[in-house]
Amino acid sequence: MADPAAADLKTTPLHALHVSLGAKMVPFAGYSMPVQYPLGVLKEHLHTRAQAGLFDVSHMGQADLTGDDVAAALEELIPGDLKALAAGRIRYSTLLTEAGGIIDDLMVTRPAEPGSEKRLFLVVNAACKEGDFDHIVRRLGSRVQLKRHEDRALLALQGPAAAGVLTRFVPACAAMPFMSSRVDSFALPGGAKIEVRLFRSGYTGEDGYEISIPADKAEAVAKALLAQAEVQPIGLGARDSLRLEAGLCLYGSDIDINTTPIEANLSWIISKRRKLEGGFPGAGKIIEQINTGTERLRVGIKPLGRAPARAHTEILDELGDNIGEITSGGFGPSVNGPVAMGYVKTAFASPGTQVQLVVRGQAMPAEVVALPFAPHRYFKTKP
Amino acid sequence: MSQLRFTKDHEWIRVDGVTATVGITTYAQGQLGDIVFVEVPAKGKALKAGGEAAVVESVKAASEVYAPASGEVTEGNAALPNAPETVNKDPQGAGWFFKMALSNPAELNGLMDQAAYDSYVASLGA
Repeated sequence: MADPAAADLKTTPLHALHVSLGAKMVPFAGYSMPVQYPLGVLKEHLHTRAQAGLFDVSHMGQADLTGDDVAAALEELIPGDLKALAAGRIRYSTLLTEAGGIIDDLMVTRPAEPGSEKRLFLVVNAACKEGDFDHIVRRLGSRVQLKRHEDRALLALQGPAAAGVLTRFVPACAAMPFMSSRVDSFALPGGAKIEVRLFRSGYTGEDGYEISIPADKAEAVAKALLAQAEVQPIGLGARDSLRLEAGLCLYGSDIDINTTPIEANLSWIISKRRKLEGGFPGAGKIIEQINTGTERLRVGIKPLGRAPARAHTEILDELGDNIGEITSGGFGPSVNGPVAMGYVKTAFASPGTQVQLVVRGQAMPAEVVALPFAPHRYFKTKP
Repeated sequence: MSQLRFTKDHEWIRVDGVTATVGITTYAQGQLGDIVFVEVPAKGKALKAGGEAAVVESVKAASEVYAPASGEVTEGNAALPNAPETVNKDPQGAGWFFKMALSNPAELNGLMDQAAYDSYVASLGA
């Protein structure tokens, strides 16, 4: 087989480490990325839910956006409430087209450090990052300055043991609320300290962190974490099954330029103030959809047999009429059975609705279910 | 004497007289990864060499299992649908997919023996 690294693929700062760990490398969003390690997708998935998994997500786009009215400016491109975003907090949102379609989903952080009042930290999808950053610069012009962090790696440490593990290197991390961010120093075993930006967030439904690190220090940090008994390296295969069980959208599959946040069942990302004031792309259409509903909705789908239903599987009602399509589907290791999500006509979107999936030409029974399949176990601050 | 042959699609077929047992190779299960779903053909199903005979799905993807030779299914492995991981554990033993009666044993001449299959797998570079 061709060496993916030879096919004009970019590599992350952890490429050599992945290869030395025995990862199977595949092309993904223009990068050579580990899809699995010798443990295999199934055990990597279960290990992350039982202990802690370390993911290399350095292919994602990181950038600082600065400007005198940076929150107001970015609010012109997304429906999230950034003016009310407190220092040190993270918001999940979407870049939108004028038709209300999703250009990408992203994480927006308002840094807490003194002197960063005019700054937002963005993390966007790898496959979309060029387009996203061009879009932001083109639309906001001289009101903002965008500085990409191509010199930074991004790791994710996810799972119930993540906080206990990271505390050994960054003692203050344990108290961080879910969806908060701070800059801190990561104490390497030799005594050296690495400045890192931590986010208490992730893409697995588990407690955990994302860690932005200068590229030249990423391998040392990754090795220190992997040396902990609870931590295994986890590839993109398990990352996908973990996020699917958690009911989280994959851009390009579950959401794209032809879906609105309301159709995608992401209405919660539009705050009350933004809903009243509008002022984001597609606001007219989106606010109307909030008030009067949509023709289709993203829902969880549980195949009742053992056969997984993959993306693009046709969904029928009990009479055999087409009512939608699966957008993500596969085997859920923690559920120990097939799981899927997709879009159905709104009349069929209530949990408990019986539907059929056309798998290899045969109609298989399935049920609309509430998401997530695996309960979220995010960190809750003690009251 | 039984005779073991292999296809380029990584099925194996073990022939005893005019009956044969079919499965996927050790290499194939390794490439697929953790197998989570198997569908085997029902007794009596007519198979054509190279035609779709069974389905195997791993955490990564669904794949077809093709009939290495023509004939009729005499038994599907009833244990596999409830224990698909058997294919990972013992692909060329307990993880067999189906047994068949061959209608044209001469078709086997077009398949690889163990040595030819081993060098074919080596040529794939994985």
